[in-house]
Amino acid sequence: MGEFKVHRVRFFDYMPSAIRAMAFNRQSERLAVARADGAVEIFNFSDNYFQEKVIPGQDSRAVEALCWVDQRLFSGGLNGEITEYDLENLKPRYTVAAYGGPIWTISSNNQGTMLALGCEDGTVKMFEVLAEKVQFQRNFDRQKGRIISLSWHPSGTLIAAGMMDMIRVFDAETGHATHRLLVERGVGASKSREVVVWSVAFLSDHTIISGDSAGKVQIWDGVTGTLLRTHLVTKWDVLALSVSQDQSSLVAGTSEGTVIQFQLISSTVGQQDKEWVRTRTFKNHSHDVRALAHTETAVVSGGMDTQLVVRPLLDKVEKNTQESSLRKIVFPHRSLVCCAKKAGLLLFQFPEHLELWRLGESEGHGKPGDSLTVKTKPEKLIQLKRKGEDHICCSALSPCGGWMAYSTVSSVRLYRLQYNNNNIGITKVSRLPKDLCSVHQLCFSSDSSKLFASSSHSSVIVVALNQQECTYLHTLKPKSSSRQPVHLLFASEDGKWLATANTDCEIHIYNLDKLKLHCTVPVYSSYPTAIAIHPLTSNLVVVHADQQIFEYSLEKKEYTEWSRKLQKLGLHSLWLERDTPVTHITFNSRNPAHIILHDMFMFCIIDQSLPLPEAKTLLYNQMTLRSVPEPERIRHSHAFKICKNFQHLLCVRLLEDHSLVVVERPLLDIMSQLPAPVRQKKFAT
Amino acid sequence: MVEHGDIRVVHRGGSKINFREPVITNDSSFLLCASGECVKVFSTSTEECIHDLRGHTDLVTGVLLKPSNHLQVYSCSADGTVRLWDFTDGILIKTYVIGYPIYSIYASPDHEGIIFIVTPMLSDKRSELFQLVAVHLPQSGDQLVEARELSAVLSDVSSNPAAITIGRGVCSHHCCHQHTILNCYILKSEILPQGNKKGGRNTFTCVACHPKDDCIATGHEDGKIRLWRNFNHKKEYTYTTLHWHHSAVSSLRFTPEGTNLLSGGVESVLVQWRYNQESQRDFLPRLGAAITHITISPDGALFCTSHSDNKITIIQSCVKVSAVIQGLVKGDVRTDLMVDPRSKAMVLNGKPGHLQFYSLQRDKLLYNLDIVQQEYIHESGLQQFEVVKAAFDASGNWLATVEERKQKAAELELNLKLWEFDEQTQSFVLNTTISAPHEAQITAMCFCHAADSQTTMLVSTSKDGHFKAWQLATPARPSWSCDFVGAYHGLVPKCCCFSADGSLLAVSFQEVVTVWSPSSWELLTTLSQPPGAIRDLCFGRLSCSKYLLGTTASNLLCCWNLLTCSLEWSTSMDTSLLLADPFSENMAAFCCQAGCTDLFVFKPSEPRPLFSHKAVCSGKVTRAVFAPREDMLESCEESSQWLNCSQLYFLTQYMDLMTFITKAEEDRLMASSKQLVIDDSVAMTPFYLLLGKHRQQQQENQDTLSTLSAERTPLPQGSVAIKELLQTPAHVLPSTSFLCSMFVQSLLISVTDSREESKHAEEEMESEKEEEDSEGEMESSTSRPREASLAGHATETAALALTKAQARELRRVKKLDHSWLSGLLDS
Repeated sequence: MGEFKVHRVRFFDYMPSAIRAMAFNRQSERLAVARADGAVEIFNFSDNYFQEKVIPGQDSRAVEALCWVDQRLFSGGLNGEITEYDLENLKPRYTVAAYGGPIWTISSNNQGTMLALGCEDGTVKMFEVLAEKVQFQRNFDRQKGRIISLSWHPSGTLIAAGMMDMIRVFDAETGHATHRLLVERGVGASKSREVVVWSVAFLSDHTIISGDSAGKVQIWDGVTGTLLRTHLVTKWDVLALSVSQDQSSLVAGTSEGTVIQFQLISSTVGQQDKEWVRTRTFKNHSHDVRALAHTETAVVSGGMDTQLVVRPLLDKVEKNTQESSLRKIVFPHRSLVCCAKKAGLLLFQFPEHLELWRLGESEGHGKPGDSLTVKTKPEKLIQLKRKGEDHICCSALSPCGGWMAYSTVSSVRLYRLQYNNNNIGITKVSRLPKDLCSVHQLCFSSDSSKLFASSSHSSVIVVALNQQECTYLHTLKPKSSSRQPVHLLFASEDGKWLATANTDCEIHIYNLDKLKLHCTVPVYSSYPTAIAIHPLTSNLVVVHADQQIFEYSLEKKEYTEWSRKLQKLGLHSLWLERDTPVTHITFNSRNPAHIILHDMFMFCIIDQSLPLPEAKTLLYNQMTLRSVPEPERIRHSHAFKICKNFQHLLCVRLLEDHSLVVVERPLLDIMSQLPAPVRQKKFAT
Repeated sequence: MVEHGDIRVVHRGGSKINFREPVITNDSSFLLCASGECVKVFSTSTEECIHDLRGHTDLVTGVLLKPSNHLQVYSCSADGTVRLWDFTDGILIKTYVIGYPIYSIYASPDHEGIIFIVTPMLSDKRSELFQLVAVHLPQSGDQLVEARELSAVLSDVSSNPAAITIGRGVCSHHCCHQHTILNCYILKSEILPQGNKKGGRNTFTCVACHPKDDCIATGHEDGKIRLWRNFNHKKEYTYTTLHWHHSAVSSLRFTPEGTNLLSGGVESVLVQWRYNQESQRDFLPRLGAAITHITISPDGALFCTSHSDNKITIIQSCVKVSAVIQGLVKGDVRTDLMVDPRSKAMVLNGKPGHLQFYSLQRDKLLYNLDIVQQEYIHESGLQQFEVVKAAFDASGNWLATVEERKQKAAELELNLKLWEFDEQTQSFVLNTTISAPHEAQITAMCFCHAADSQTTMLVSTSKDGHFKAWQLATPARPSWSCDFVGAYHGLVPKCCCFSADGSLLAVSFQEVVTVWSPSSWELLTTLSQPPGAIRDLCFGRLSCSKYLLGTTASNLLCCWNLLTCSLEWSTSMDTSLLLADPFSENMAAFCCQAGCTDLFVFKPSEPRPLFSHKAVCSGKVTRAVFAPREDMLESCEESSQWLNCSQLYFLTQYMDLMTFITKAEEDRLMASSKQLVIDDSVAMTPFYLLLGKHRQQQQENQDTLSTLSAERTPLPQGSVAIKELLQTPAHVLPSTSFLCSMFVQSLLISVTDSREESKHAEEEMESEKEEEDSEGEMESSTSRPREASLAGHATETAALALTKAQARELRRVKKLDHSWLSGLLDS
């Protein structure tokens, strides 16, 4: 496997933000997740739950509710505005003020023509969805108390609105309330506190289901306005409800971190009258479950503990398959760490600021497995606060450590860094080319002479850098008419090639000498999660969201022999079953046959000179290899050398001096920074 | 040596009543529970055992109310039979011979005439695998029926009855080997199993079916209860988890209406869950011991829980414990088995810190005597005072007990307590407590048994190398004090024994037996038979009182003659227990051989055994007792004479109380429980049918009349008897004299009825009606018109063996005939 000196970095205090809202688009199988900092993430459920897009947040925007209308995504927030997102340029397209105070909820009818908003002032506001914008249509009868939750009847004629202490049913035509369902308050001390109906669901058979702050899930008859059943599920709040497409299953998320499933079951075989029965309880969260989505095969939940949990319903999926395993998505599926290979610097990206660290140094050499004493401690050189309201969406550090750049949705900033002795100087490069305003990805060339920035329509802007200024060189455009953003950029070591990957799964190779498109890699159906060009052989290595690995020769413009062999043999099933994507690929200059890649739970060195593992061979064989004698090792070893010594990896990089930088962020550290969860009685305490 | 085929080892008295789930009858007045080889019928209100249903020859493994007749009950046994009983009268109605050991029994309301039993796999005799078999019970009038129509329903089931349940057309169970799969089968009308497998992550312990809905409840090892629904779909089954118990759920039951679910476990708390509103639960705590079974009466008013300490608690509507039926507590028995000379009850360790007095004759726990008189703390690993030795004197006036507590790194705490029987309170009262009577554990203790001696003496031997004699000193208030301390060469005494007349005391010091005179405390002689330390010592009795017997650790049984002070005889056997019968000169020796225990009964005077029984039980027998009989047997056979005046009970390794029974005694017991015999000699003639039908209708008339309490006489032309008389062809009619009496009777029936009512006491009337009901329903179940021509056919009835009820009825009818008919005929 090779021996490395490892910098085990644990000073990246990355803290994901709590999940506030969720919306699942059944047609495109995409889940939109809104976080507390205003960021909106799009996960593609048809492609291994890959986080394909991230729209960075904004200080003034707190998203309370998300809603899909066809392929358009709307959100409402406590700033009282409706926002539609531009999913191609990863930024808000426009915002419309609703003039009703904070918006608590937003809901569209099945036909996709109307948006209903629940506002603080007690009005339900109807907005018409037009081709380019939304337009205010009317107000419903104003009620006392805020509207917390809304649900359309599938026919689009009725709306149930959850309020304080009651649920109201409105006629969508007239805007008048037709029913008033009083929700009982909690018992005991909470009797005096008004109950909040956090969530309602209006089913096609006119059943209304509500979840409230007294811990009840109640089932109402929407025609007569009577209470049918009360399920007391928690001592605390029921915060979220979600109904499956066929309306036979319902999930409720509570403050205790549990998700409770209800199912519409006939009590005896063959009988027609069905009732809602509480069935399974899932406990995958330590904190409030704020948002829920019931997909065809799984329950997706998220909340205060920042994790997105996909819990498959075992009665809907095949057992013991990749689909039936529980998934927790904790870290973003892109790199937040930049490493200057030559200078030994790390750049950490936070939504609010950037941190530049110098790695520590150690003395002497030790046996494998020893921990060396640190001679000079790692040092935080710069903490750079961003300007403006918008959060940082991407950042880059040049390999020499002399340049640093970051971008928000509205602007790009480039800094020149100078080190003399122990002082560090940072100067902002004032005049940037005009085209460089809204970019999705930044990347420096290996000699730090060029900055590449991906822009709209999958184009890449090339900017030349020198000591004094930066000048616009060229815009590289692909031949295809893709409007999707580029999410991966890689400039080759020799400065000849630039590879880009966009969310249409296209990978384009540009020749930087000629500043034109060299070739397009054949499109594979799954997203590329990491791309890299080998410094010596100029082969492009691509890892996709479905864990497939391809190697493409740029000179011959075809897949290499090794890649064909790998595809023919197929990857090991354990490799394919891993549930986090590979986020970075590097190469070992000492041994050109080595490819180093990592995901959240392991890093792997693929030795192309060794035979590929067969389906029956042990994939994780490093420990067993260690126990067999030297001559036999060769017989047992295969190309995939996997190391699981480091967990919760955010970044694995190889420095110029052949030491490995491993950035870990233990989940326990994240957990310890979360606020205290609601108190729960534990048995025998 | 002779093997005696007519003496059997049986469970009699003190058997487990918590072995299988009990059954509550439809009217909630009786509780039926399997107990050893019989089924006991308890009254739910008085806790008394009303009678035993005897007939099985091996352990009864299940009791089940007959679904089509609530007055009859099936019982199944490991002897391979299913028996049908009338439990109100204790009559065996039918015996179905299956031929394979049966481990549990189930019935489905949808399947008439079919019962489900669990037997070992028919092909596999090793009986590791079990299968559920449907038995079609043949409709035959014979009392002994061979049920050969077996069809296997499920294979690979568990023999544990809690593992299988049959609900509405659904049978579900969990496998005995992989305890993680719940199998659910839909029983179609022709019993076609449709498998539905479902995985659970935890081990199942019990299963119950909802009576109305398609819902199965399962209990789990980790204390969770899961309610499974939607299992008729191959994959889309779903479940709800309920969690209150902290360790394994041992029993689950739905109430008959399905509104509540009851669960119990080691917490000894009965938990009641509201069906469909599971967040609401009720608890009935402090039931005393771990719950093993829960039963609910068919009307749902009574619950009954079986507990691990051999107790059944009857609970009224989940709030009030109304009755407790306590069997013999079988915990850790440290004392010997003893017989209280006064009450003739067997005495042994009961509840922690108590001695229990258990009447073997009445098979009932008399009372518990609190010896330790300290609160017992339920905590594992806590060392507490335990009663380790107890002894009665000959008259039963004195009881000596030893309790000890050995804590880690602490000194042994010992207490010798002497209890005097108080005539007024009829119980033992503490007289003297001697703390630390010895410096080490007491190994043996015995009273001087001489009935005529003036002073009562107790001798205790201890590991500290001494034996002490304790005597009742008589100042103002009598109390016990030490009289003599003896030792022999610093050796450790093991056992002590007084001769029958109290003139000699034998104390064994390792391999030396010393014989002392208790009056002068003089060492008379020493007897020794090395090698091997003495294990047991016994003086002979009556004609053999000159003999002293001892067993040694080196597998020798020695008999010394005390007159010559020499060894009379010895034999080599690994005796685990030597016991003298206090009522005869016989002695019993239990020998452990190859994992089994053999019994030899012999007289010390002759070395040839009177009786021997090989392989009495598996494992070692270390506790046994001769209990006196209430009425002597008069067996003249040599091999069974030793059982004439006493009965030998012993405890097996698994704490089963067993005894020996002779064939004659068994027959006598069987005879006392009556059996209903149905006579087949009557041919099915139209005449017979006419009379039978008439009799039935007469009964119906009586019933309707009594229920309506209308005094109206049916009009003569409307009377069925008259119709019958007029419509039946003349050539098949019986003789005119008979028809006349019948005709008269049909006219007078209401009058006689009212007179009958006035004559009889109310409760007798009720019981009679019940009997009639049961007979009527039995007829429908066997679908065969039963002979009922009691109305004046003395010639026919003479051939019948009548039950008491029938005889009474006959007498009544006869009387009627004479008084009324004669008058009419005269006129």
